[in-house]
Amino acid sequence: MVKEIERAGIPVVHMCTVTPISMTVGANRIVPTVAIPHPLGNPNLPNDEEKALRRRLVDKALKALQTKVDDQTIFE
Amino acid sequence: MKKFRVVHYINQFFAQIGGEDMAHVPPEKREGVVGPGIAIQAALGDEAEIVATVICGDSYFGENMGKAEAEVLELIKSENPDIFIAGPAFNAGRYGVAAGTITSAVKRELGIPAVTGMYVENPGAEMYKDDVYIISTTNSAAGVRAAAPLMAKLALKLAKDEPIGASKEEGYLPNNVRKNFFEEKRGSARAVEMLEAKLAGKPYTTEYPMPDFDRVEPNPPVADLSQITIALVTSGGIVPKGNPDHIESSSASKFGEYSLDGFDDLTAETHETAHGGYDPVYANADADRVLPVDVLREYEKAGKIGKLHDKFYTTVGNGTAVASAKGFAEEIAKRLLAEKVGAVILTST
Repeated sequence: MVKEIERAGIPVVHMCTVTPISMTVGANRIVPTVAIPHPLGNPNLPNDEEKALRRRLVDKALKALQTKVDDQTIFE
Repeated sequence: MKKFRVVHYINQFFAQIGGEDMAHVPPEKREGVVGPGIAIQAALGDEAEIVATVICGDSYFGENMGKAEAEVLELIKSENPDIFIAGPAFNAGRYGVAAGTITSAVKRELGIPAVTGMYVENPGAEMYKDDVYIISTTNSAAGVRAAAPLMAKLALKLAKDEPIGASKEEGYLPNNVRKNFFEEKRGSARAVEMLEAKLAGKPYTTEYPMPDFDRVEPNPPVADLSQITIALVTSGGIVPKGNPDHIESSSASKFGEYSLDGFDDLTAETHETAHGGYDPVYANADADRVLPVDVLREYEKAGKIGKLHDKFYTTVGNGTAVASAKGFAEEIAKRLLAEKVGAVILTST
């Protein structure tokens, strides 16, 4: 899906936990996330900390969208 | 004759520990055969014995790849095996990646014959088919009866140092290894036969399949986030509560387009996941954990991004055919372009 959206000319960032799959699929901008059932959250954290974690991850995704890449890139 | 010692690797599901709610379990080892090991043992016959089965939760493996690999490898090594067999993983993505990773590690670190099996569209197949032998299986567990004899036969051949035939003879996924051999018929005759078959609409097999390099060049970066609309897309199955369009929990046949108008935060009352391939407890309690609407709304209000697109797009990426996913995304992209969306955040579970 990432690849088809990219092919249509829309910059796309893929946020996922198992980044090797994302590499295999062919995503160009990849942001690693927390865990498979809760990529952008952590149920073990109090609400405010979980939200802060999600902001940090979305920030990374936004940064990736603003970064020029020539090849598949994982934004750690 | 001494029997070959075999160690078999399976996931928590095939070990009957549990489904997605138990996918977090760390590696363990059990004596003898477990689950699909029975079919593989039957196919191995008297020549080899599954002495132990190593089991690991799919999410544990996927989320701790380096660590899990080392732990599983240690358990395998402790049995001094002559042969290693993993799976088959069919079309289970995390399981396929785990089976491929371990099979590759065993081959590399222990230097013993190692074989796995999975469906051709499993991401683990693309990752490891050139590195290890992967028997081609169906996409569902019903294919174990057909896969087990092929996996056992190939493993025994490797252990006995017998010559390995071509992929279509042995049943493994083509691994880009070419061997020279003499055909009985000369090239011109074969070409004419192929052409005749093609003209007659009959099946024929090319001798030179074109390589499949489907890569897309990255688009230029977004210059100014505050001037664009960002859309959220997910393969994590987030849907309005009740799953109004009945998106399937696996092998999805459709995607959904849903309004975000008026939603500043996704809650257990408004949204849930339709995905059947991960433990839904966390996403059902708070779908922002998969689709971060809350944070993007904040950023929209703060002017950090121009706008959060007022619709999100969703499907279930669980055993869904690559061709289906491609079709969904082509249509989604068309709609996004029509609405002048400037960038996409796509989340996967």
